[in-house]
Formats: sequence, C-alpha cells, structure tokens
Amino acid sequence: MSDNGPFRLSRGGRLIDRAYPLPFRFDGRHLRGLRGDTLASALLASGQLMMGRSFKYHRPRGPLASGAEEPNALLGLGQGGRFEPNQRATTTALVAGMVTTSQNCWPSLNVDVGAVNNWLYRFLPAGFYYKTFIHPRPFWKHVFEPVIRRSAGLGKAPTEADPDSYEQAYAHADLVVVGGGIAGLLAARDAGRQGKTVTVLEQNPHWGGRTPTDHADGQSRIDAALADLRAMPNVTLRRNTMATGLYDHGYLIAREALADHDPNAGLPRQRLWRIRAGHVVVASGALERPLSFAGNDVPGVMLASAVRDFIADYAVAPGRRIVVVTNNDDAYRTALAALDAGLEVPAVIDARANPSGALPQAVRARGIRILSASAIAGVKGGQGVQVVQVCSHVGAGQVSETIEADCVAMSGGWSPVVHLWSHCGGKLNWSDAQAMFLPDTSRPPTGDDGAAMATPVGAAAGDLLVAGATGAEPEQPLLPVWVMPVNATKAMKFKMWLDFQNDVKVSDVELAAQEGYASVEHTKRYTTLGMATDQGKVSNINGLAVLSAALKQPIPQTGTTTFRPPYTPLTLGTIAAEARGDLFQPLRKTPMHGWHQAKGAHWEPVGHWRRPYCYPQAGETHAAAVAREIRAVRGGVGTLDASTLGKIVVKGPDAGRFLDMIYTGMMSTLPVGKCRYGLICNENGFLIDDGVAARLSEDTWLVHTTTGGADRMHAHMEDWLQCEWWDWKVYTANVTEQWAQVAVVGPQARNLLERLGGMDLSPEALPFMGWAEGQIAGIPARIYRISFSGELSFEVAVPAGRGLELWEKLHAAGADLGVTPYGTEAMHVMRAEKGFIMIGDETDGTVIPQDLGLNWAISKKKSDYIGKRAQERSHMTDPLRWKLVGLESLDGRMLPDGVYAVDEGVNPNGQRNLQGRVTSTYISPTLGTPIAMGLVRHGPDRMGEVLEFPVAGAETYKARIVDPVFYDKEGSRANG
Amino acid sequence: MLTLTCPCCGIRAEETELAPGGEAHLKRFGPGASDEDFESYLFARKNPKGVHFERWRHAYGCGKWFLAARCTATLEVFGTYKAQNPHPTPEIVAAIRAKRPDWTPDWTETSPAESLTE
Repeated sequence: MSDNGPFRLSRGGRLIDRAYPLPFRFDGRHLRGLRGDTLASALLASGQLMMGRSFKYHRPRGPLASGAEEPNALLGLGQGGRFEPNQRATTTALVAGMVTTSQNCWPSLNVDVGAVNNWLYRFLPAGFYYKTFIHPRPFWKHVFEPVIRRSAGLGKAPTEADPDSYEQAYAHADLVVVGGGIAGLLAARDAGRQGKTVTVLEQNPHWGGRTPTDHADGQSRIDAALADLRAMPNVTLRRNTMATGLYDHGYLIAREALADHDPNAGLPRQRLWRIRAGHVVVASGALERPLSFAGNDVPGVMLASAVRDFIADYAVAPGRRIVVVTNNDDAYRTALAALDAGLEVPAVIDARANPSGALPQAVRARGIRILSASAIAGVKGGQGVQVVQVCSHVGAGQVSETIEADCVAMSGGWSPVVHLWSHCGGKLNWSDAQAMFLPDTSRPPTGDDGAAMATPVGAAAGDLLVAGATGAEPEQPLLPVWVMPVNATKAMKFKMWLDFQNDVKVSDVELAAQEGYASVEHTKRYTTLGMATDQGKVSNINGLAVLSAALKQPIPQTGTTTFRPPYTPLTLGTIAAEARGDLFQPLRKTPMHGWHQAKGAHWEPVGHWRRPYCYPQAGETHAAAVAREIRAVRGGVGTLDASTLGKIVVKGPDAGRFLDMIYTGMMSTLPVGKCRYGLICNENGFLIDDGVAARLSEDTWLVHTTTGGADRMHAHMEDWLQCEWWDWKVYTANVTEQWAQVAVVGPQARNLLERLGGMDLSPEALPFMGWAEGQIAGIPARIYRISFSGELSFEVAVPAGRGLELWEKLHAAGADLGVTPYGTEAMHVMRAEKGFIMIGDETDGTVIPQDLGLNWAISKKKSDYIGKRAQERSHMTDPLRWKLVGLESLDGRMLPDGVYAVDEGVNPNGQRNLQGRVTSTYISPTLGTPIAMGLVRHGPDRMGEVLEFPVAGAETYKARIVDPVFYDKEGSRANG
Repeated sequence: MLTLTCPCCGIRAEETELAPGGEAHLKRFGPGASDEDFESYLFARKNPKGVHFERWRHAYGCGKWFLAARCTATLEVFGTYKAQNPHPTPEIVAAIRAKRPDWTPDWTETSPAESLTE
C-alpha cells in the first residue's frame, strides 16, 4: 500500500507528517513510522498488531484503545539507564531511533511458554491465589511464592541510574482548565474574557480532544477558539501536560513532557507542575467502554473510537474488514471513517431494536448492513480476529451468521473521566438514561472557603456531544449492555474479558458475588478487577455493572471503587526532580569542614551536618584511628570540632524562671560565669535532650543542646513560650551557626591554650564548670571549662568566621605536644568510658532521667517542670523499670549493640522473658577491654550478677553488671 | 495540601511551610493534678469529624504558633487566630456558625476581655 508500512493508508492522517519518516526498533526488528505517530499507530502501520501479553494467562494482546486508558499495549522503552517498563504505546510519541521491547512473554512475543496458563483458566478463577496457596503453610514460602514472583509483574525495572534530568515548577492561576478539547477551550475563553488568569492543560501534543476527529468542521472550531485564547495575555496554554491529581485546597499536580524519550533535545525530560488553582474546570472528556462478548480480548478487537482515531488521525488501518458492534449511535462514526478510508465494513451489529438516528441512517445509505437487536456470540482467532459470530442480543447465543473480519470496533457507551472531580471528595450520581456516573454538582470537592473548587464541563459532565459548540446532531439513546448477549451461557462468560491486562472476566466477578463478595472494594481486591496499570479506566464500570446484576441490585447501590491519584503513572524521576545526588538535601558544614576534608576525615552524617567520625592515616583502619585518637587525647591533647553543638540564647527578665520549667534541674540559681549540666524532658516525662547551660549575664543564658537537637529544642522552647507562658518576658535565639566551637581536651589542654595567649586559664581563674570571656590568640572567645571526656577540657567558642583560624593556630602551636584532631567516635568511646549517657543511645523516647541514675540533675525543690507530673505516674515510678548499669563482657568479646538479656521463663507468646538490653558498646582503647552500658531490671541493685544475651548464630554472650563509670571513677582527671 | 493564613505575619502559607501541633486549647495539668486530669490533658483528644481547633506553627515563615478553626471532613477553614487565645474568638465562632448553624461551642464563654484579637 505504501512504503510507510503495509497498513498505512495512502490518504489522510491529520496528525502525521509523511515527509518525515522515523526509524525505530521493536523486539530487534527495524521498523519505520512517521512524525506525529504514536508508538501504537507506527506498530499497527507496520502490521504489528500484537504488542504484548496479558498478566495472568499470557494471552496475546493488541491495543484496545488509542489513549491513556490503554491496558494492553505496554512496552519497554529505551535502553540502559533510560529503560522504562510499562509505557503505553498509545500515548508515547514516536521518536527517531526509539528502541522498544514487548513484555511479559518468554521466550518471545509470538511463542510464550507462560501461555500454558491460558489452558488452565478454568483452574485459575477469581481468588485463585487466596484459595490455592494457603496450605500446606511451608509451601507458600518455599514453592508457591518464588514461582509466582518469577512469573508475576509486567515490565522489568531498569538496572542503571536514570541519566535524564527532571524539574519541578510552581504556578498559580485563578482558573486551571484540565482538558484542551472543545469544552475546555471554551470554558477557558469565557474565563479569559473575564480577566482571570487561566492555565489550560492538555494531555496530548495536539489540541481539540475528539472534536477534530468526530465532527465535520471540528478542527476549524478548535482553531478559532485557540486563536482567541492565544491573543489573551492572561491565558497560558500547555500541551503534553497530564493533570494527574487534585488535592486539598486546589492543589493540582501535572506532568509536562518536555523531551520524553528524546535525550538529544537538550531539555529536562519532564517537568512536574505544582499548581495552586483558584478553581479547576474538569474538561477531561470521557472514555469509551468495551462490550463484554465472548472473545472480546482477541487482538484486533478494539474500542470503536480507537479504530476511528487510528484511521482518521494516523492514516492507519487497524484491519481491512471491520465489523462494528455497538449499543449507541456514536460507533457509527467509526463505520463512516472506515468507509471514507476505503476499508470494508461488512456489518454493524447493534444491540438496539431499531437504530434509526442520523448516524445509522448515514451508514445505511452507504449500503452497509445494520443487524439490529443483534450481538456477537463469539470472535474466533488466535493472534488476530478471523471470524465474528452473530446472534440475537436477547437470546442465549445461538449463532445465526458468521462474518469474516480482521477487526472488531466495539462500543459499550462512554464513561465521563471523573477522576479529578473525585480525587478530593467530589461525589457522583448514576444516570440510568445515559448509563454513566456523572459528577454531582451539588456535592462538589470543596476548597478552603467551603465553596466548590471544581466544575465539570463537556463530556466529563456527561454532555458527550457538546452540541452547542460542535454543531452535532442529536443522537438516539443507547441501550445499556453489560453482557452480550443478554442470556449468555456460562461458557461464553468464561471468554468475556472485563480487565484485559489482569485477565478478569465476567465469570470471575460473578463467582466472587456467588462467594459472598458484596462490596465493590472487596470484589476488586479478590478478583484484581481494576488493579491493572490502567487502574480500572477500561474495566470498572462494566465490572461493577456485572457485580450489581449478580447481586440483583441497582448499580448506584453497588457504587464505584475510590478514584485515587495519580490518573496516569508518574515517573519517580519527575517526583524526585532535582532532589537527587548532591542536591538531595542541603549539607551543613562547619567553618573547619575543609580542613577536615584535607586531612582525610571519614564523615558521619549527624542530622544535616557532616562531622568527622575519625581521621584515618594512610593504611589505618577506622578502629585503629579511633584508638590512636583516644590515646592521644588521654595522653596529651586533642581537638574536637564541636561547632555543630546547638547554641540557643535565652534572654529576658523571666529567662531563669522559664529555664527552670524547661530543665529538670534548677537553672535560675546558676551564678553568672558558671555552667551547669541539664536535662530536658517532654511533657510525657521522657528525656529528649541534654547539655550544658552557661549564665552569660543577669538575664541571659546560653543553652547548649545536642547536635541533632538544636532545631528541635529551639522549637520546643518557642512552643511553650508562645502558647503556654506567653506573658513571660523571654526571647530565644538559635545562634548555633554564629559560633565555631573547639573542644581542647587532654592533660596538655591548658598548656596548649596558654601558648596561644590572651586569657588566664588557671584553675583559680577558670575553675571546672566555669566560663570566661576574652581574647585568645587575638580572637574574641568564650571558653567553657566543661568535659565530656573526663579529661581536662576547654570548649572554646569564637565567631564562626574565625573558627578555622583558631583551629589552625591550635595545631601550629601544639605540634610538639602531638595535638591530635579527633572525631565523633573517639568522643563517643571516651564518654562511655566515663559512663556519660548519649541522647539516642541510652534514650529512645521511652526512657526517663530516673532510669539513667540522673536523679542528681532533677531538682527536688521545684514545684514544676515540663515532665514532672508525668514522672509521678505509676508506670514511671515502677521499681521494675530497667535502669542504667555498666556491662563487662566475660569472654573478651564486645557485646553486640541492642541485644537483650534474657530472664527465666517465657511470655504468653512462648518467647523468653527479658530483663534488659545493651544501649552502648565499644572496645575501650584506654582499658584494653570491651565496655558496654545497658538498661537492666533492678540493675543498680545487682552489681556482680551475670546476664545472658543470646544471639542467633553465635555463642550466647555473658556479661557482669558493673558500675557504668569504667575509667577514673573519682573524676580527678578533669582537674588536669 | 492545606493553605492557612498566618495571623501573625499575614502570609497565606502552604502546608509545606507549616508544622502541625495537634488539638488547640488544651488546659495544662501539672504536679498536683489528679491522674484523671493529667491523663486527659496528655492523651485524650476530641478527634471530631467536623469543626476542629488546631495548633499550627508557621515553621518556615515567621516562626509563630497560631490556631486554626477547620472542618476535618471538608477541610474548610473558618479562620485562623492567635495562639494566646484561651478559646476561639467571637469572630471565629461567628464564622463557624455562618457555615455550620447546627454547631455550638463546647466551652464556657469567658468575658470578652480575655479575647486577644487585635
């Protein structure tokens, strides 16, 4: 017929450009399509009708539709990192060089081993998995599940990273019109003329929806509306953009294809629009429904509208002899389109008794037979239609005639696309006259003002013809047909597909009803009806009509399943957009970050910060580096970058009173110039943060929090200040990043700092738990004499911009002292050697300070603090609560982190009773032995007892309960 | 995603800028309170289907806590007001009643002087 493919028509095709052939590949074959083709139209033009296999029975599948609802023609697209499974051939624009593969078939599309399921269909009914694979239990795990998993699933996930880029954009509009068909364009024009900002989103590359294909002067009507819209500066038109979901308060998500499958375009592949719409016009059109007759899944049986689209839009013949089967007038347009293209239409089979509308008359006038009150009894053919068997629609399927054909165009009526309307709460009404669910405009989705946030128009509102705008002639009513013929036999129902991808048939839904599934939501999950990638766009209405008939109840009583976004799948790349790799999240870096990097620091993520875990030297393991750093600190001097420590200024006449509520201990009595360790609990009594507070002046405290807790503690304070004690005169400010802080730690710490000069750091001038302000090495500084390691320790805070200078001066001045930078792990080990708790190790949101032996940090004098009342509750004062102890391994092995100590006996589930667990565990380089801390029932009263910690696959660990302070019990080292 | 107008800075904020804080107008019970009162304060929440008063913080904006009157069923927002109000303000009550005539306040009205509308 033409060199553009054996099924390419010589004339027509409003969307294709014959001057631009595009080569592409399908399962290794080299084929050729035209610019403007979809993959489906290009494959059909090449004679490739079969495009995949179904999910359960591996039956051959050709395209059913021509748009987003396509359940069958799903292909693998691209190669390597650009491979994408399950792409709908009907909506994928053809690009030169495209590489495509069929799915769900092995070894090949034409010869598929899994198709043996096809012969077993009588034994694979609804709920098959649930029924068959329950017993014996071990078989599920070892036999059934592995086999099912191997054969289940459609496309395969790509194995390489996606090299394409994606972006997101935000927009606002008074009105967003979803759908660029005639109804949407006219609604946009009305709003534009009122001066509103309007955005129109159209899923396809071309405007107009069905109007140019279905109505005589449709294209000129669309062009006129577009010309008006393009002249309005307040109107934005966006093609290739699929609105996938409507959410709270007019929040609309849409995906714009910028350079889909065209990596050479130099653009991001897709853009995700996040639009805040003042109002949404749902002009999303309608989808045609299949008819349920025996053999309706044979390749070549398509929706009548799809057949028409392939012929009129792409100049592709889906077949040469096309039988039309319908219950409405609209499908006659397909017969006319086929005849206009020079194709044969041996008959139109109409379930209605007397089709006499304008369209049937026009077809009849072309000399075409119209078989009224008729139905299809069966379609014969394997990988393509061969014969159509005709019967009376009111009978049981007695074949009256057979017709040779290679294509069947079917139409069971139309269903408005009500997804966006329904996503955010819009309700539906069943129309008996139109046999469709319609948006109920008296129960719309509502916005923040309580008013409707969406309005349906055109076919989405049930007005299929939009006659006022298209000039279409009135049509005769359709006859609802849910099973064809009406009294079809059981054997016929076994071959009537509802869900073409998941292989759910009329017989499956009837079986589910028979077995007691009355709810449409349960039936969906039991049969998998509507659970395919098209999410029921094709199958839902037919399925629930069959269910209603089986339950002998009207359709509205059965209702629909829930419409959930997205309308069509979104790629994960679009959802992630730029938030990947280095841009996944912001990184916080201290002023000394570059120095650490240059010294080869191994990084530990702490919140959004990166902190050096250790500084391994050449050939050194991390464990060896940590041990070396600890020995250097305890034997000489080390420096820790403590800049990430939270720093919150609390200031005002009521600051002391406020901190007495925030901390369990007393902060108001702290003298100026002193520091005090404090615990912060939540109102549930649980310990949530700890740290040292310093009183800077009469009305000002500086609160140190944990690194990860800074923002949380600041928010915690603000909550109580703003909402509970809002009349107290207190300000807080999170100044964490304003200061660089260096812990100078070890017996030589004072010596090192004195070399820098400028401040008197003698024990008399700066005693333990005191702080001083001055200049060190010419840098303004506050020095806090506090210790988290048990050693003589000074934490030096300087303005952030001078942190690196201080750090470098310390290392220059202390070279001969062996000054050693140390990381977070050395810090952790040293605090554990001293029995100091760590928030997040010893605490997990269920631990109160009393569990940790921290009663000394809880004021007995205060009448109140946050958490005090909770700590008086019976469970909190239970003597059986697990309490902090040290644990000493009996055999020299380090206890695994988090392991449980078992007790005598078993609980009601037959598991061993428990009496404690490990919260921190390390090898102590200082002591040369493993050390651990844990929470144990009656722990502090059981010193010397041995606990057992069973671990799968290893010999049971045993550990003795000891004092949690392993090193320098008298605490003399902190005095230097 | 909700939009709420922060009564402190006037910005119409999107939910990504906001942090939720649960039910509003809880009365704090501290030491000396009965177990029942304390349990009710700490755990018991109304969780209504319909009119609800909630705490929100304009966390990625001005940082202020505020309160919102909202319908949990339809997500309609009746208004937002300052966190320091012991009860919804008369303006909020009027706005709710205009939309939900059947709704009545479940607190004892305090003197107008306690209201902190500006």
